[in-house]
Amino acid sequence: MDSWDWQVFCKDTIDGEVRPSCFGQGGDITYLDWMLSAWGWTLSVALLALLVALVVGSVMGIFRTTPSKALVAIGNAWTELFRNIPLLVQVFLWYHVLPALIPPLKEVPSFILVVFALGFFTSARIAEQVRAGIQSLPKGQRYAGLAMGLTLAQTYRYVLLPMAFRIVIPPLTSESMNIIKNSSVAFAVSIAELTMFAMQAQEETSRGIEVYLAVTGLYFISAFVINRIALFIEHRVQVPGMIGGH
Amino acid sequence: MKKSLLVLAAVAMTLGVAQADTLKKIKDSGTITLGVRESSGALAYTLGDGKYVGFHTQMAEKIASDLRKQLGLSSLTVKYQPVTSQNRIPLVQNGTVDLECGSTTNNTARQKDVAFAITTYVEEVRIAVKANSGITSIAQLAGKKVATTTGTTSVQTLRKHERAAGVNFEEVFGKDHADSFLLLESGRADAFVMDGQILAGNISKAKNPADFKIVGEVLSVEPIACMIRKDDPAFKKAVDDSIKAQIQDGSLAKLYDKWFMQPIPPSNTKVGLPMSEATKAAWANPNDKPMEDYAKK
Repeated sequence: MDSWDWQVFCKDTIDGEVRPSCFGQGGDITYLDWMLSAWGWTLSVALLALLVALVVGSVMGIFRTTPSKALVAIGNAWTELFRNIPLLVQVFLWYHVLPALIPPLKEVPSFILVVFALGFFTSARIAEQVRAGIQSLPKGQRYAGLAMGLTLAQTYRYVLLPMAFRIVIPPLTSESMNIIKNSSVAFAVSIAELTMFAMQAQEETSRGIEVYLAVTGLYFISAFVINRIALFIEHRVQVPGMIGGH
Repeated sequence: MKKSLLVLAAVAMTLGVAQADTLKKIKDSGTITLGVRESSGALAYTLGDGKYVGFHTQMAEKIASDLRKQLGLSSLTVKYQPVTSQNRIPLVQNGTVDLECGSTTNNTARQKDVAFAITTYVEEVRIAVKANSGITSIAQLAGKKVATTTGTTSVQTLRKHERAAGVNFEEVFGKDHADSFLLLESGRADAFVMDGQILAGNISKAKNPADFKIVGEVLSVEPIACMIRKDDPAFKKAVDDSIKAQIQDGSLAKLYDKWFMQPIPPSNTKVGLPMSEATKAAWANPNDKPMEDYAKK
Protein backbone atom coordinates (compact mmCIF):
# COMPACT_ATOMS: atom_id res chain seq x y z
CA MET A 1 0.00 0.00 0.00
CA ASP A 2 2.82 2.43 -0.74
CA SER A 3 1.04 4.99 -2.86
CA TRP A 4 -1.86 5.62 -5.14
CA ASP A 5 -1.50 5.08 -8.85
CA TRP A 6 -4.36 6.85 -10.57
CA GLN A 7 -2.51 6.72 -13.86
CA VAL A 8 -3.81 3.19 -14.14
CA PHE A 9 -6.93 4.64 -15.82
CA CYS A 10 -4.84 6.20 -18.59
CA LYS A 11 -3.33 2.84 -19.50
CA ASP A 12 -4.17 1.18 -22.77
CA THR A 13 -6.07 -2.09 -22.30
CA ILE A 14 -3.91 -3.94 -24.84
CA ASP A 15 -0.30 -2.91 -24.29
CA GLY A 16 -0.57 -1.36 -20.82
CA GLU A 17 1.16 1.87 -21.91
CA VAL A 18 0.00 5.17 -20.42
CA ARG A 19 -1.76 7.34 -23.01
CA PRO A 20 -1.09 11.07 -22.62
CA SER A 21 -4.71 12.15 -23.12
CA CYS A 22 -6.11 9.32 -20.96
CA PHE A 23 -8.46 8.49 -23.82
CA GLY A 24 -7.53 5.97 -26.48
CA GLN A 25 -7.20 7.12 -30.05
CA GLY A 26 -7.77 5.35 -33.33
CA GLY A 27 -9.63 2.39 -31.88
CA ASP A 28 -7.36 1.99 -28.85
CA ILE A 29 -9.19 1.72 -25.58
CA THR A 30 -7.88 2.88 -22.20
CA TYR A 31 -9.23 1.71 -18.87
CA LEU A 32 -10.94 5.11 -18.55
CA ASP A 33 -12.76 4.59 -21.88
CA TRP A 34 -13.72 1.14 -20.74
CA MET A 35 -15.01 2.36 -17.37
CA LEU A 36 -17.17 5.07 -18.98
CA SER A 37 -18.62 2.53 -21.39
CA ALA A 38 -19.27 0.22 -18.43
CA TRP A 39 -21.03 3.10 -16.66
CA GLY A 40 -23.19 3.49 -19.75
CA TRP A 41 -24.17 -0.19 -19.59
CA THR A 42 -24.98 0.11 -15.90
CA LEU A 43 -27.22 3.12 -16.52
CA SER A 44 -28.87 1.51 -19.57
CA VAL A 45 -29.71 -1.67 -17.68
CA ALA A 46 -30.92 0.25 -14.63
CA LEU A 47 -33.04 2.87 -16.40
CA LEU A 48 -34.73 0.43 -18.79
CA ALA A 49 -35.40 -1.96 -15.91
CA LEU A 50 -36.80 0.96 -13.91
CA LEU A 51 -39.19 1.74 -16.76
CA VAL A 52 -40.36 -1.88 -16.85
CA ALA A 53 -40.65 -1.92 -13.05
CA LEU A 54 -42.68 1.29 -12.82
CA VAL A 55 -45.15 0.30 -15.53
CA VAL A 56 -45.64 -3.33 -14.46
CA GLY A 57 -45.44 -2.52 -10.75
CA SER A 58 -48.13 0.20 -11.02
CA VAL A 59 -50.46 -2.06 -12.98
CA MET A 60 -50.04 -4.94 -10.51
CA GLY A 61 -50.38 -2.59 -7.54
CA ILE A 62 -53.64 -1.19 -8.95
CA PHE A 63 -54.92 -4.72 -9.68
CA ARG A 64 -54.53 -5.58 -6.02
CA THR A 65 -56.89 -2.81 -4.95
CA THR A 66 -59.69 -3.42 -7.46
CA PRO A 67 -63.01 -5.05 -6.47
CA SER A 68 -62.35 -7.90 -8.96
CA LYS A 69 -61.18 -11.02 -7.14
CA ALA A 70 -59.46 -12.34 -10.27
CA LEU A 71 -57.37 -9.17 -10.72
CA VAL A 72 -56.47 -9.15 -7.01
CA ALA A 73 -55.34 -12.77 -7.31
CA ILE A 74 -53.19 -11.99 -10.37
CA GLY A 75 -51.60 -9.03 -8.62
CA ASN A 76 -50.95 -11.01 -5.43
CA ALA A 77 -49.48 -13.96 -7.32
CA TRP A 78 -47.20 -11.70 -9.34
CA THR A 79 -45.94 -9.88 -6.27
CA GLU A 80 -45.28 -13.00 -4.21
CA LEU A 81 -43.64 -14.84 -7.11
CA PHE A 82 -41.08 -12.15 -7.88
CA ARG A 83 -40.61 -10.97 -4.31
CA ASN A 84 -39.78 -14.39 -2.88
CA ILE A 85 -36.99 -15.47 -5.24
CA PRO A 86 -33.52 -13.97 -4.81
CA LEU A 87 -32.56 -11.57 -7.59
CA LEU A 88 -29.45 -13.45 -8.71
CA VAL A 89 -31.43 -16.69 -8.91
CA GLN A 90 -34.07 -14.91 -11.03
CA VAL A 91 -31.38 -13.64 -13.39
CA PHE A 92 -30.04 -17.19 -13.83
CA LEU A 93 -33.56 -18.55 -14.35
CA TRP A 94 -34.03 -16.10 -17.21
CA TYR A 95 -30.61 -16.76 -18.67
CA HIS A 96 -30.08 -20.51 -18.27
CA VAL A 97 -33.35 -22.21 -17.36
CA LEU A 98 -36.06 -20.50 -19.45
CA PRO A 99 -34.06 -20.71 -22.74
CA ALA A 100 -33.61 -24.45 -22.11
CA LEU A 101 -37.41 -24.79 -21.88
CA ILE A 102 -38.29 -22.29 -24.62
CA PRO A 103 -35.56 -22.53 -27.30
CA PRO A 104 -36.42 -19.26 -29.15
CA LEU A 105 -35.40 -17.37 -26.00
CA LYS A 106 -31.79 -18.37 -26.73
CA GLU A 107 -31.71 -15.78 -29.50
CA VAL A 108 -32.76 -12.96 -27.15
CA PRO A 109 -29.73 -10.89 -26.10
CA SER A 110 -28.77 -11.23 -22.44
CA PHE A 111 -29.21 -7.46 -22.11
CA ILE A 112 -32.97 -7.75 -22.73
CA LEU A 113 -33.24 -10.74 -20.39
CA VAL A 114 -31.52 -8.96 -17.54
CA VAL A 115 -33.64 -5.81 -18.05
CA PHE A 116 -36.77 -7.92 -17.64
CA ALA A 117 -35.35 -9.93 -14.74
CA LEU A 118 -34.39 -6.80 -12.84
CA GLY A 119 -37.56 -4.97 -13.90
CA PHE A 120 -39.93 -7.74 -12.79
CA PHE A 121 -38.08 -8.23 -9.50
CA THR A 122 -38.43 -4.54 -8.71
CA SER A 123 -41.99 -4.41 -10.05
CA ALA A 124 -43.08 -6.72 -7.22
CA ARG A 125 -41.74 -4.26 -4.68
CA ILE A 126 -43.30 -1.30 -6.47
CA ALA A 127 -46.65 -3.12 -6.69
CA GLU A 128 -46.60 -3.47 -2.93
CA GLN A 129 -45.90 0.23 -2.48
CA VAL A 130 -48.56 1.36 -4.96
CA ARG A 131 -51.11 -0.90 -3.25
CA ALA A 132 -50.18 0.55 0.13
CA GLY A 133 -50.48 4.08 -1.28
CA ILE A 134 -53.96 3.46 -2.66
CA GLN A 135 -55.15 1.70 0.50
CA SER A 136 -53.88 4.52 2.67
CA LEU A 137 -56.58 6.76 1.18
CA PRO A 138 -59.90 6.94 3.07
CA LYS A 139 -62.45 4.49 1.58
CA GLY A 140 -64.84 7.42 1.18
CA GLN A 141 -62.73 8.79 -1.66
CA ARG A 142 -63.45 5.74 -3.82
CA TYR A 143 -67.16 5.77 -2.96
CA ALA A 144 -67.41 9.47 -3.61
CA GLY A 145 -65.90 9.04 -7.07
CA LEU A 146 -68.25 6.19 -7.95
CA ALA A 147 -71.26 8.06 -6.48
CA MET A 148 -70.51 10.97 -8.78
CA GLY A 149 -71.10 8.67 -11.73
CA LEU A 150 -67.43 8.08 -12.64
CA THR A 151 -66.59 4.61 -13.89
CA LEU A 152 -64.11 2.55 -11.86
CA ALA A 153 -61.34 3.45 -14.31
CA GLN A 154 -62.20 7.14 -14.08
CA THR A 155 -62.27 6.95 -10.27
CA TYR A 156 -58.74 5.58 -10.32
CA ARG A 157 -57.53 8.03 -12.94
CA TYR A 158 -58.99 11.24 -11.49
CA VAL A 159 -59.48 10.54 -7.77
CA LEU A 160 -57.31 7.76 -6.33
CA LEU A 161 -54.09 7.59 -8.33
CA PRO A 162 -53.22 11.31 -8.28
CA MET A 163 -53.16 11.17 -4.50
CA ALA A 164 -51.71 7.66 -4.12
CA PHE A 165 -48.74 8.33 -6.41
CA ARG A 166 -47.86 11.50 -4.55
CA ILE A 167 -47.84 9.55 -1.30
CA VAL A 168 -45.53 6.81 -2.61
CA ILE A 169 -42.91 9.00 -4.27
CA PRO A 170 -40.44 8.59 -1.35
CA PRO A 171 -40.44 4.76 -1.34
CA LEU A 172 -40.36 4.78 -5.15
CA THR A 173 -37.24 6.92 -4.92
CA SER A 174 -35.61 4.24 -2.80
CA GLU A 175 -36.54 1.59 -5.35
CA SER A 176 -35.12 3.70 -8.18
CA MET A 177 -31.84 4.01 -6.31
CA ASN A 178 -31.88 0.30 -5.46
CA ILE A 179 -32.24 -0.63 -9.10
CA ILE A 180 -28.99 1.19 -9.94
CA LYS A 181 -27.20 -0.82 -7.29
CA ASN A 182 -28.99 -4.08 -8.11
CA SER A 183 -27.99 -3.71 -11.77
CA SER A 184 -24.58 -5.04 -10.68
CA VAL A 185 -26.02 -8.57 -10.94
CA ALA A 186 -25.95 -8.09 -14.73
CA PHE A 187 -22.24 -8.94 -14.71
CA ALA A 188 -23.26 -12.54 -14.05
CA VAL A 189 -24.84 -12.79 -17.50
CA SER A 190 -22.04 -11.20 -19.45
CA ILE A 191 -23.09 -7.54 -19.48
CA ALA A 192 -19.95 -5.38 -19.50
CA GLU A 193 -21.18 -3.10 -16.71
CA LEU A 194 -19.32 -1.47 -13.83
CA THR A 195 -19.01 -4.51 -11.55
CA MET A 196 -17.61 -6.61 -14.34
CA PHE A 197 -15.24 -3.81 -15.27
CA ALA A 198 -14.05 -3.61 -11.67
CA MET A 199 -13.43 -7.36 -11.37
CA GLN A 200 -11.64 -7.55 -14.69
CA ALA A 201 -9.62 -4.32 -14.53
CA GLN A 202 -8.32 -5.01 -11.04
CA GLU A 203 -7.11 -8.41 -12.21
CA GLU A 204 -5.36 -6.94 -15.24
CA THR A 205 -3.83 -3.88 -13.60
CA SER A 206 -3.30 -5.15 -10.02
CA ARG A 207 -4.60 -1.73 -8.86
CA GLY A 208 -7.77 -3.02 -7.25
CA ILE A 209 -8.17 -0.24 -4.69
CA GLU A 210 -8.09 2.56 -7.27
CA VAL A 211 -10.43 0.66 -9.57
CA TYR A 212 -12.96 -0.16 -6.87
CA LEU A 213 -12.87 3.39 -5.48
CA ALA A 214 -13.61 4.86 -8.90
CA VAL A 215 -16.44 2.39 -9.51
CA THR A 216 -17.87 3.06 -6.05
CA GLY A 217 -17.85 6.77 -6.86
CA LEU A 218 -19.75 6.22 -10.11
CA TYR A 219 -22.39 4.06 -8.39
CA PHE A 220 -22.80 6.73 -5.72
CA ILE A 221 -23.11 9.55 -8.26
CA SER A 222 -25.67 7.60 -10.31
CA ALA A 223 -27.85 6.76 -7.31
CA PHE A 224 -27.52 10.27 -5.91
CA VAL A 225 -28.59 11.92 -9.17
CA ILE A 226 -31.69 9.69 -9.20
CA ASN A 227 -32.36 10.78 -5.63
CA ARG A 228 -32.13 14.50 -6.57
CA ILE A 229 -34.36 14.06 -9.62
CA ALA A 230 -36.96 12.28 -7.50
CA LEU A 231 -36.80 15.04 -4.89
CA PHE A 232 -37.34 17.62 -7.63
CA ILE A 233 -40.36 15.74 -8.94
CA GLU A 234 -41.70 15.37 -5.40
CA HIS A 235 -41.58 19.14 -4.87
CA ARG A 236 -42.99 19.96 -8.31
CA VAL A 237 -46.10 17.82 -7.91
CA GLN A 238 -46.85 18.83 -4.33
CA VAL A 239 -50.43 19.94 -3.75
CA PRO A 240 -50.92 22.21 -0.74
CA GLY A 241 -53.18 20.65 1.86
CA MET A 242 -52.57 17.06 0.78
CA ILE A 243 -50.26 14.53 2.45
CA GLY A 244 -46.71 15.61 1.68
CA GLY A 245 -47.88 19.07 0.58
CA HIS A 246 -47.08 22.26 2.46
CA MET B 1 -6.61 15.55 10.50
CA LYS B 2 -2.88 15.82 9.89
CA LYS B 3 -2.15 14.23 13.22
CA SER B 4 -4.32 11.24 12.47
CA LEU B 5 -2.56 10.83 9.13
CA LEU B 6 0.80 10.85 10.93
CA VAL B 7 -0.43 8.23 13.37
CA LEU B 8 -1.66 6.12 10.47
CA ALA B 9 1.67 6.45 8.73
CA ALA B 10 3.53 5.48 11.89
CA VAL B 11 1.33 2.43 12.37
CA ALA B 12 1.82 1.46 8.75
CA MET B 13 5.58 1.78 9.11
CA THR B 14 5.82 -0.31 12.27
CA LEU B 15 3.62 -2.94 10.68
CA GLY B 16 5.82 -2.87 7.59
CA VAL B 17 9.00 -3.30 9.63
CA ALA B 18 7.53 -6.02 11.82
CA GLN B 19 6.43 -8.02 8.81
CA ALA B 20 9.57 -7.85 6.78
CA ASP B 21 10.93 -10.88 8.64
CA THR B 22 8.41 -13.65 8.07
CA LEU B 23 10.68 -16.37 9.48
CA LYS B 24 10.88 -14.53 12.80
CA LYS B 25 7.14 -14.00 12.80
CA ILE B 26 6.56 -17.73 12.25
CA LYS B 27 9.09 -18.67 14.93
CA ASP B 28 7.69 -16.24 17.52
CA SER B 29 4.06 -17.10 16.93
CA GLY B 30 4.49 -20.80 16.24
CA THR B 31 1.97 -20.46 13.42
CA ILE B 32 2.07 -20.04 9.67
CA THR B 33 -0.94 -18.89 7.67
CA LEU B 34 -1.32 -20.43 4.23
CA GLY B 35 -3.42 -18.66 1.63
CA VAL B 36 -5.55 -21.31 -0.08
CA ARG B 37 -8.04 -21.27 -2.94
CA GLU B 38 -11.53 -22.72 -2.97
CA SER B 39 -11.82 -23.54 -6.67
CA SER B 40 -8.63 -23.32 -8.69
CA GLY B 41 -8.99 -26.72 -10.29
CA ALA B 42 -6.63 -29.47 -9.15
CA LEU B 43 -4.05 -26.83 -8.17
CA ALA B 44 -5.95 -25.79 -5.07
CA TYR B 45 -9.53 -26.32 -4.01
CA THR B 46 -11.72 -27.11 -1.05
CA LEU B 47 -13.67 -30.21 -0.10
CA GLY B 48 -15.80 -28.11 2.24
CA ASP B 49 -15.71 -28.31 6.03
CA GLY B 50 -12.52 -26.24 6.16
CA LYS B 51 -10.54 -28.89 4.23
CA TYR B 52 -8.23 -27.51 1.55
CA VAL B 53 -6.50 -29.80 -0.92
CA GLY B 54 -4.83 -29.79 -4.32
CA PHE B 55 -1.37 -29.94 -5.83
CA HIS B 56 -0.21 -26.53 -4.61
CA THR B 57 -2.01 -26.77 -1.26
CA GLN B 58 -0.24 -30.02 -0.43
CA MET B 59 3.07 -28.60 -1.65
CA ALA B 60 2.57 -25.62 0.68
CA GLU B 61 1.96 -27.98 3.61
CA LYS B 62 5.29 -29.68 2.83
CA ILE B 63 6.98 -26.26 2.72
CA ALA B 64 5.49 -25.47 6.12
CA SER B 65 6.85 -28.69 7.60
CA ASP B 66 10.31 -27.95 6.11
CA LEU B 67 10.16 -24.46 7.66
CA ARG B 68 9.34 -26.01 11.02
CA LYS B 69 12.47 -28.19 10.80
CA GLN B 70 14.61 -25.25 9.69
CA LEU B 71 13.41 -23.09 12.56
CA GLY B 72 13.86 -25.92 15.06
CA LEU B 73 10.29 -25.73 16.26
CA SER B 74 8.77 -28.77 17.91
CA SER B 75 5.37 -27.91 16.53
CA LEU B 76 3.99 -25.47 13.99
CA THR B 77 0.31 -24.62 13.72
CA VAL B 78 -0.79 -24.33 10.09
CA LYS B 79 -3.72 -22.00 9.58
CA TYR B 80 -5.68 -21.92 6.34
CA GLN B 81 -7.02 -18.63 5.01
CA PRO B 82 -9.15 -18.92 1.87
CA VAL B 83 -8.33 -16.14 -0.59
CA THR B 84 -9.82 -14.92 -3.87
CA SER B 85 -8.33 -13.31 -6.97
CA GLN B 86 -9.50 -9.98 -5.58
CA ASN B 87 -8.04 -10.13 -2.08
CA ARG B 88 -4.99 -12.38 -2.32
CA ILE B 89 -2.41 -9.63 -2.91
CA PRO B 90 -3.62 -7.27 -0.13
CA LEU B 91 -3.81 -10.19 2.31
CA VAL B 92 -0.21 -11.20 1.61
CA GLN B 93 0.94 -7.57 1.85
CA ASN B 94 -0.79 -6.85 5.16
CA GLY B 95 0.52 -10.00 6.84
CA THR B 96 -2.76 -11.95 7.10
CA VAL B 97 -1.29 -14.61 4.82
CA ASP B 98 2.37 -15.72 4.93
CA LEU B 99 2.46 -18.05 1.95
CA GLU B 100 -0.14 -18.16 -0.84
CA CYS B 101 0.08 -21.24 -3.05
CA GLY B 102 -2.87 -21.45 -5.40
CA SER B 103 -3.14 -20.31 -8.98
CA THR B 104 -1.43 -16.92 -8.92
CA THR B 105 0.38 -15.96 -12.11
CA ASN B 106 3.80 -14.42 -11.58
CA ASN B 107 3.86 -11.20 -13.64
CA THR B 108 5.76 -7.92 -13.52
CA ALA B 109 2.75 -5.85 -12.41
CA ARG B 110 2.36 -8.05 -9.31
CA GLN B 111 6.08 -8.09 -8.61
CA LYS B 112 5.73 -4.41 -7.69
CA ASP B 113 3.58 -5.46 -4.72
CA VAL B 114 4.70 -8.97 -3.79
CA ALA B 115 7.43 -11.55 -4.44
CA PHE B 116 7.15 -15.03 -5.89
CA ALA B 117 8.81 -18.34 -5.08
CA ILE B 118 10.21 -20.40 -7.93
CA THR B 119 7.69 -21.44 -10.56
CA THR B 120 6.15 -24.83 -9.81
CA TYR B 121 3.50 -25.04 -12.51
CA VAL B 122 3.34 -23.49 -15.96
CA GLU B 123 -0.18 -22.89 -17.15
CA GLU B 124 -1.08 -22.89 -20.82
CA VAL B 125 -4.21 -21.08 -21.97
CA ARG B 126 -6.09 -23.32 -24.39
CA ILE B 127 -9.46 -23.63 -26.15
CA ALA B 128 -12.16 -26.14 -25.21
CA VAL B 129 -14.87 -26.89 -27.78
CA LYS B 130 -17.56 -29.46 -28.35
CA ALA B 131 -15.97 -32.54 -29.90
CA ASN B 132 -18.37 -32.47 -32.85
CA SER B 133 -17.90 -28.76 -33.62
CA GLY B 134 -15.06 -29.30 -36.10
CA ILE B 135 -13.13 -26.38 -34.61
CA THR B 136 -9.41 -27.11 -34.36
CA SER B 137 -7.76 -23.70 -34.13
CA ILE B 138 -8.37 -20.20 -32.90
CA ALA B 139 -8.54 -18.91 -36.50
CA GLN B 140 -11.85 -20.76 -36.90
CA LEU B 141 -13.35 -18.84 -34.00
CA ALA B 142 -13.67 -15.55 -35.93
CA GLY B 143 -17.23 -14.28 -35.55
CA LYS B 144 -18.06 -17.09 -33.13
CA LYS B 145 -19.09 -16.82 -29.49
CA VAL B 146 -16.18 -17.37 -27.15
CA ALA B 147 -16.72 -17.82 -23.41
CA THR B 148 -14.25 -16.96 -20.71
CA THR B 149 -14.46 -16.08 -17.02
CA THR B 150 -14.66 -12.55 -15.62
CA GLY B 151 -11.67 -11.59 -13.52
CA THR B 152 -9.10 -13.80 -15.27
CA THR B 153 -6.11 -13.00 -17.46
CA SER B 154 -7.70 -14.99 -20.28
CA VAL B 155 -10.01 -12.05 -21.01
CA GLN B 156 -6.97 -9.90 -21.75
CA THR B 157 -5.31 -12.70 -23.72
CA LEU B 158 -8.36 -12.90 -25.99
CA ARG B 159 -8.45 -9.14 -26.45
CA LYS B 160 -4.76 -9.03 -27.37
CA HIS B 161 -5.23 -11.87 -29.80
CA GLU B 162 -8.18 -10.14 -31.47
CA ARG B 163 -6.07 -7.04 -32.00
CA ALA B 164 -2.97 -8.88 -33.18
CA ALA B 165 -4.76 -11.19 -35.61
CA GLY B 166 -7.41 -8.69 -36.68
CA VAL B 167 -10.23 -11.11 -35.88
CA ASN B 168 -13.38 -10.50 -33.94
CA PHE B 169 -14.94 -12.81 -31.37
CA GLU B 170 -18.24 -12.32 -29.70
CA GLU B 171 -17.15 -12.69 -26.09
CA VAL B 172 -19.46 -13.96 -23.39
CA PHE B 173 -18.35 -13.87 -19.79
CA GLY B 174 -19.21 -16.40 -17.10
CA LYS B 175 -19.10 -15.26 -13.52
CA ASP B 176 -16.99 -18.30 -12.58
CA HIS B 177 -15.46 -21.27 -14.40
CA ALA B 178 -18.45 -23.53 -13.83
CA ASP B 179 -20.67 -20.83 -15.32
CA SER B 180 -18.42 -20.40 -18.37
CA PHE B 181 -18.41 -24.15 -18.93
CA LEU B 182 -22.20 -24.14 -18.73
CA LEU B 183 -22.22 -21.54 -21.52
CA LEU B 184 -20.24 -23.98 -23.70
CA GLU B 185 -22.33 -26.96 -22.65
CA SER B 186 -25.66 -25.23 -23.32
CA GLY B 187 -24.53 -23.94 -26.70
CA ARG B 188 -24.52 -20.27 -25.77
CA ALA B 189 -20.82 -20.25 -26.61
CA ASP B 190 -18.86 -22.14 -29.27
CA ALA B 191 -15.62 -22.24 -27.29
CA PHE B 192 -14.31 -21.74 -23.77
CA VAL B 193 -10.86 -20.18 -23.52
CA MET B 194 -9.14 -20.75 -20.18
CA ASP B 195 -6.17 -22.29 -18.35
CA GLY B 196 -5.62 -25.85 -19.60
CA GLN B 197 -5.96 -27.54 -16.22
CA ILE B 198 -9.23 -25.73 -15.49
CA LEU B 199 -10.63 -26.82 -18.88
CA ALA B 200 -9.46 -30.39 -18.28
CA GLY B 201 -10.97 -30.36 -14.78
CA ASN B 202 -14.33 -29.06 -15.98
CA ILE B 203 -14.46 -31.54 -18.85
CA SER B 204 -13.67 -34.44 -16.52
CA LYS B 205 -16.63 -33.44 -14.35
CA ALA B 206 -19.05 -32.98 -17.27
CA LYS B 207 -22.01 -35.30 -17.75
CA ASN B 208 -20.33 -36.77 -20.80
CA PRO B 209 -16.62 -35.87 -20.98
CA ALA B 210 -16.28 -37.35 -24.48
CA ASP B 211 -18.48 -34.53 -25.84
CA PHE B 212 -15.69 -32.00 -25.30
CA LYS B 213 -12.08 -31.66 -26.31
CA ILE B 214 -9.21 -29.26 -25.89
CA VAL B 215 -7.88 -28.06 -29.23
CA GLY B 216 -5.68 -25.55 -30.94
CA GLU B 217 -2.56 -23.61 -30.16
CA VAL B 218 -1.38 -22.43 -26.76
CA LEU B 219 -2.67 -18.86 -26.51
CA SER B 220 -0.65 -17.77 -23.53
CA VAL B 221 1.90 -19.24 -21.14
CA GLU B 222 1.71 -18.25 -17.49
CA PRO B 223 4.08 -19.29 -14.71
CA ILE B 224 2.15 -20.09 -11.52
CA ALA B 225 4.07 -19.73 -8.27
CA CYS B 226 3.62 -19.32 -4.54
CA MET B 227 3.27 -15.70 -3.48
CA ILE B 228 5.15 -14.23 -0.50
CA ARG B 229 5.83 -10.76 0.89
CA LYS B 230 8.23 -8.53 -0.97
CA ASP B 231 11.71 -7.76 0.35
CA ASP B 232 12.08 -10.79 2.59
CA PRO B 233 15.04 -12.68 1.04
CA ALA B 234 15.51 -15.06 3.98
CA PHE B 235 11.93 -16.32 3.78
CA LYS B 236 12.08 -16.56 -0.02
CA LYS B 237 15.26 -18.64 0.21
CA ALA B 238 13.70 -20.96 2.78
CA VAL B 239 10.60 -21.48 0.61
CA ASP B 240 12.63 -21.91 -2.60
CA ASP B 241 14.97 -24.40 -0.92
CA SER B 242 12.03 -26.48 0.24
CA ILE B 243 10.54 -26.54 -3.27
CA LYS B 244 13.89 -27.42 -4.85
CA ALA B 245 14.30 -30.29 -2.40
CA GLN B 246 10.81 -31.52 -3.30
CA ILE B 247 11.70 -31.41 -7.00
CA GLN B 248 14.98 -33.24 -6.45
CA ASP B 249 13.68 -36.08 -4.32
CA GLY B 250 10.83 -36.67 -6.76
CA SER B 251 8.10 -35.94 -4.24
CA LEU B 252 6.75 -33.01 -6.26
CA ALA B 253 6.45 -35.25 -9.34
CA LYS B 254 4.54 -37.73 -7.17
CA LEU B 255 2.23 -34.93 -6.06
CA TYR B 256 1.66 -33.97 -9.70
CA ASP B 257 0.76 -37.53 -10.55
CA LYS B 258 -1.57 -37.72 -7.55
CA TRP B 259 -3.55 -34.57 -8.40
CA PHE B 260 -3.49 -34.48 -12.19
CA MET B 261 -3.32 -38.12 -13.31
CA GLN B 262 -5.16 -40.09 -10.60
CA PRO B 263 -8.82 -39.88 -9.55
CA ILE B 264 -9.23 -37.06 -7.04
CA PRO B 265 -11.99 -36.19 -4.58
CA PRO B 266 -14.78 -35.22 -4.30
CA SER B 267 -16.08 -36.92 -7.48
CA ASN B 268 -13.14 -39.34 -7.94
CA THR B 269 -12.62 -38.40 -11.56
CA LYS B 270 -9.26 -37.87 -13.25
CA VAL B 271 -8.17 -34.50 -14.58
CA GLY B 272 -5.92 -36.43 -16.96
CA LEU B 273 -3.47 -33.69 -17.84
CA PRO B 274 0.12 -34.96 -18.33
CA MET B 275 2.86 -32.56 -17.27
CA SER B 276 3.56 -30.00 -19.99
CA GLU B 277 7.01 -29.45 -21.48
CA ALA B 278 6.96 -25.94 -20.02
CA THR B 279 6.38 -27.22 -16.49
CA LYS B 280 9.16 -29.81 -16.91
CA ALA B 281 11.49 -27.05 -18.08
CA ALA B 282 10.62 -24.89 -15.07
CA TRP B 283 11.44 -27.75 -12.70
CA ALA B 284 14.71 -28.56 -14.50
CA ASN B 285 15.87 -24.94 -14.19
CA PRO B 286 14.20 -23.47 -11.09
CA ASN B 287 13.51 -19.77 -11.64
CA ASP B 288 11.09 -17.01 -10.69
CA LYS B 289 10.82 -15.33 -14.09
CA PRO B 290 7.58 -13.42 -14.64
CA MET B 291 5.06 -14.18 -17.37
CA GLU B 292 6.48 -11.43 -19.59
CA ASP B 293 9.76 -13.38 -19.97
CA TYR B 294 7.85 -16.38 -21.30
CA ALA B 295 6.10 -14.29 -23.95
CA LYS B 296 9.41 -13.11 -25.40
CA LYS B 297 10.45 -16.60 -26.48
